[in-house]
Amino acid sequence: MSKYLERIWNGIIKENPTFVIMLGMCPTLATTTSASNGFGMGLATTAVLVFSNLVISALRNIIPDKVRIPAYIVVIASLVTIVQLLMQAYVQGLYNTLGIYIPLIVVNCIIMGRAEAYAAKHSPLLSMFDGIGMGLGFTLALTIIGFCRELIGAGSVFGYEIIPADFHVSIFVMAPGAFFVLAVLTALQNKLKAPSATNLSEEERNARKKQGQKTGCDGNCQNCMLHAEEIAANVAKRAEEVKKS
Amino acid sequence: MEQTAERKKLAHVSSSPHFRTPVTTRRLMLDVVIAMIPALLWGVYHFGFYALVVTIATVAACVISEYVYERCMKLPITIDDGSAVVTGMILALNMPPQIPLFIPVLGGVFAIIVVKQLYGGLGQNFMNPALAARCFLMISFAKPMTDFTMPGAVDAVSSATPLAVMKAGESVSLTDLFIGNISGTIGEVSALALLLGAAYLLARKVISIRIPGMYILTFVVFMLVFSGHGLDPYYLACQVCGGGLIFGAFFMATDYVTGPLTPAGQMVYGVILGVLTGIFRVFGASAEGVSYAIILSNILCPLIEKYTVPTAFGKGRYVELTKKLLVENKDTKHVAKEGR
Repeated sequence: MSKYLERIWNGIIKENPTFVIMLGMCPTLATTTSASNGFGMGLATTAVLVFSNLVISALRNIIPDKVRIPAYIVVIASLVTIVQLLMQAYVQGLYNTLGIYIPLIVVNCIIMGRAEAYAAKHSPLLSMFDGIGMGLGFTLALTIIGFCRELIGAGSVFGYEIIPADFHVSIFVMAPGAFFVLAVLTALQNKLKAPSATNLSEEERNARKKQGQKTGCDGNCQNCMLHAEEIAANVAKRAEEVKKS
Repeated sequence: MEQTAERKKLAHVSSSPHFRTPVTTRRLMLDVVIAMIPALLWGVYHFGFYALVVTIATVAACVISEYVYERCMKLPITIDDGSAVVTGMILALNMPPQIPLFIPVLGGVFAIIVVKQLYGGLGQNFMNPALAARCFLMISFAKPMTDFTMPGAVDAVSSATPLAVMKAGESVSLTDLFIGNISGTIGEVSALALLLGAAYLLARKVISIRIPGMYILTFVVFMLVFSGHGLDPYYLACQVCGGGLIFGAFFMATDYVTGPLTPAGQMVYGVILGVLTGIFRVFGASAEGVSYAIILSNILCPLIEKYTVPTAFGKGRYVELTKKLLVENKDTKHVAKEGR
């Protein structure tokens, strides 16, 4: 796989911003009342993310390290303003439903996170593909959450009603429903062991186990408890080091 | 291996407890079920056979979902401890009598799987499963959940619950309220039947009077001050008997898992419940507030317990005082030494 495609695969599946890295929870919970809302929010974020990654990566050698966060925010905020005005002009309906959450893209952790963790260290083109991957992963996650919430809570799919009104479990289009759906989908993701930052693949884990290494989170909390003493010792050691210095 | 087995047999020193009480979860749950039977019987008599169908369906939904979940997750099967039956019964008694069957069934599945099992099963849930499910259903199916139509009435006119009538400023008959000749959910209507069950639970020492007593007392005081009716015994009695207060106080607030265990904590818990219920009933938009009051207090429970831990033997005020004096003496000696 070319390194550009790998970025996209990484963003959509391996390090899905919503289900794996758990970033950008505010728009995830607040704007997914229907599949189309989730899709719209995802695309708006993608647009900002792609260009912010591109611009920040291009400027990465010019921006002084000490003021990088304000500099990133200026870049991101300008892009968000552009997206907001475009949406207001061309997709008025979506603009009205998403409301305050469009300007709030500025403080979306995914965008800041990718700028800091990826774009600031890699070439512009690669960063752009990282933005595309992360954005598509976010869009996909939001659309799936929105789809589930809309189907159970309002009995419709992309606005077409397919379940009669008596059977709508309307709590799902309200705030608690977002938590339910997100939790279940994340649990499913963990269960299916999509290989990710926190989920090693079966072979990797076995290889590590053989060497007596820690296996990361394999969904078994006892695994961490087995290493509790080791972790505590490390923490104590680190504390002493800090004290000395 | 053999040696250790032998040794174990010779000198088997296990850690405490060495004495075991005959009271098991099963026994407790059976008592609670028995205590709810008068209310259920009255509900069936008053609302008709369909109330029994609702109850059986809800209990079955709870037990089956517990079994299926534990089976799928390869956990020990615990349906025979009866806790799922109790959850199902409480949930069913909280349903209006004309409810379409799929609603309580969905509620039962939600109560057991989401509220109870996902948090680790019996003893781990932080919220009363039946009440959480009721609130879930109230939000999801607002219309059927508040439709207290009297079945069997000729025109099937929807009738308001006594609390709603009182909220509207009209008066109701206390005798009807006490016996249960009113509209409401299946289990909450008859104060008499509920008190019978409560007396059984108290006599069997399954529950103590602390939570329900403080709850109702605080509620009465709150209504006395804030309801705007002043010292009107008739109104107060109607407020206590109407709605789910008695059912909630004796059967739901006293849940071991979600309520405090310390005696002082139970008193505080009762006070909070009473105040919250009063606030919801007097200032809230809806006439009833018991279920929301109880699940809110459930969440406060760990905090209450934290501040009401009883003093263990040998750790009293005087011991602390002596320790403090000793420490102070040491300090002064220390200072004196350094001064020299």
